[in-house]
Amino acid sequence: MKASRLPPHIMLLLPAVIVLAAVVVLPLLLSLWSSFTPFRLTKPESVYQFIGIRNYQRIFTDLDFWIAFGRTVLLLTVALNLEMLIGLGLALLVDRQTRGQRLLRTLLMFPMMFSPILVGFQFKFMFNDNVGLVNNALQSLGLTDKAIPWLIDGKLAFLAIAAAEIWSSTAVFAIFILAGLMAMPRDPQEAARVDGCTPWQTFRYVTWPFLMPFAFIAMTIRSLDVARAYDIIKIMTDGGPAGRTEVLWTLIARTAYSDARMGMANAMAYVAILLSVAFTAYFFSKLGKARAQVAGDW
Amino acid sequence: MATLTLSTLDKKYGGFHAVKGIDLEVADGEFVALVGPSGCGKSTTLRMIAGLEDISGGELRIGARVVNDLPPRDRNISMVFQSYALYPHMTVAENMGFSLKIAGRDAATIDTAVKDAARILDIEPLLERRPAQLSGGQRQRVAMGRAIVRDPDVFLFDEPLSNLDAKLRGQMRTEIKRLHARLGSTVVYVTHDQIEAMTLADRIVIMKDGRIEQVGSPDEVFNRPASRFVASFIGSPPMNMAEATVTRSALHLDDGTEVPMPPAFSVAEGRRVVLGLRPDDIYPEGHGIHSESGHAVERRELPVHLSEPLGNETLLFTEFGGQSWTARMLNPRAVKRGEALRFHLDLSRAHLFDADTGLTLRG
Repeated sequence: MKASRLPPHIMLLLPAVIVLAAVVVLPLLLSLWSSFTPFRLTKPESVYQFIGIRNYQRIFTDLDFWIAFGRTVLLLTVALNLEMLIGLGLALLVDRQTRGQRLLRTLLMFPMMFSPILVGFQFKFMFNDNVGLVNNALQSLGLTDKAIPWLIDGKLAFLAIAAAEIWSSTAVFAIFILAGLMAMPRDPQEAARVDGCTPWQTFRYVTWPFLMPFAFIAMTIRSLDVARAYDIIKIMTDGGPAGRTEVLWTLIARTAYSDARMGMANAMAYVAILLSVAFTAYFFSKLGKARAQVAGDW
Repeated sequence: MATLTLSTLDKKYGGFHAVKGIDLEVADGEFVALVGPSGCGKSTTLRMIAGLEDISGGELRIGARVVNDLPPRDRNISMVFQSYALYPHMTVAENMGFSLKIAGRDAATIDTAVKDAARILDIEPLLERRPAQLSGGQRQRVAMGRAIVRDPDVFLFDEPLSNLDAKLRGQMRTEIKRLHARLGSTVVYVTHDQIEAMTLADRIVIMKDGRIEQVGSPDEVFNRPASRFVASFIGSPPMNMAEATVTRSALHLDDGTEVPMPPAFSVAEGRRVVLGLRPDDIYPEGHGIHSESGHAVERRELPVHLSEPLGNETLLFTEFGGQSWTARMLNPRAVKRGEALRFHLDLSRAHLFDADTGLTLRG
């Protein structure tokens, strides 16, 4: 009896391994397998039909996929850069406040307390061409007398979606950068002022290099977030009209559930995940460099 | 190089009056140390000179220029911080050349200036390293190098040695002194360590509660302290003190002991005073520093509670006038605890202070 017993360190690891296998590894393997089949939800037996890399081949020649891919990268770039700029600005302003800073920090977090679905609905209403707040305001101010089709024109809809993303998540950057500002020793900034720096030069040469690691952490988190963007877009435009705001995950979800082509959707998802991994790896390496630069015990 | 003039310089933080209208003139090439306990306003004064703190009142001049409202970058000063304040993401060379780079000098000029400063400070092999790779003493040198490179009108030092260990502190003190002798620059040096102030400065400014207690050469502040505070702050170990009432030609100490009135003082009978005597001026018979010839020497048999042998001398702790007093024994011999020694008190070198105002009573 004793001989058949597993060694204790394996026994102790087993529960975790079993749980992980059941909830992560198995579905992952299954989805990977199905990406090599013409699996359709309506024809369950098709999951056993191996077709090699045909799904992937089709993706590489599928223009719709690559447009959605490009749009996702564009959204990522626009949203992240603007979020960083606005977040940095907010953090610098809040950092200067000596009184009421706690309250401001709390207010800063407010947009993050709402579900992205609700943010989507709210912005859908605001950008509505007939009854929306934005057109109403523009018309009242006399800037235009037309009803701008915010959610119908592809470019405008992209801007509207970016605005919703930025509104809901700029706080991530603001909070991380603010944490950096609060952790930052003040002496090097003072030394820079004595060394002849203008406020802008002090920021450029001393403050910003120190804040960079904090900004890159926010970048990493948010790049994962935006790369899987789905909820806000689903509500605001549902990728439409006519695919003008289609991003990777709205396309994948449509392929999987509306068209029931689960095998194809899984293949797309694997390509999309590569995008996330690439961005994360990129920002992580930048983070590592930035951290190495300001490392040390000051 | 330039002179530095502070006229009724004032600093208030809300209701807190940190610096209370101080006047000070620093000559061209002079080394002035500001000393005092924490919160005396010395660092605030320095930061006002640097332009890092707004000036609430009074006037500050560098050379002939009033600089009250100039930002730090327009004052042509350099400053060495207690925490070194090096830029962690730059190499040593970049740290040192940063001010010149900001000023828009060309690379060759910067390179020459940085190399010259590095040679003076003996940090040439470190130029390509980053601050995190340096020891405390090396960082301190880099911070000083950064200050030298600018060739400023005034050097400001804010407790530059307090983060170093005792041995290194001694070395860097010598180094700073040598540097000042070589560059001949105007220096304002803030420290809470009276030994640094004594060893480095041409003149010492002793501050307390936002006011200047005394300004004088190391010799003056040591031998002719203006107040009880200065007397207790300057000198190590500190001056022994005991409160007393003046009787006819004698001092009646609070524990009942009587000592003769130190010569050259004439104080009204009944007045409350503080008798001050440096550890140098109370010593076991035959173990003193100064000549006794012509001095009024009082002899007392006192028990030694504790002794601290330092090699060349031994500090003896005894009780006198109800206070713990320290005596300095030169050419020491072993002293047992509780051993009674015959002490000489050189009253000709004693100080008297008014017990209420703390001011020195002049003989």
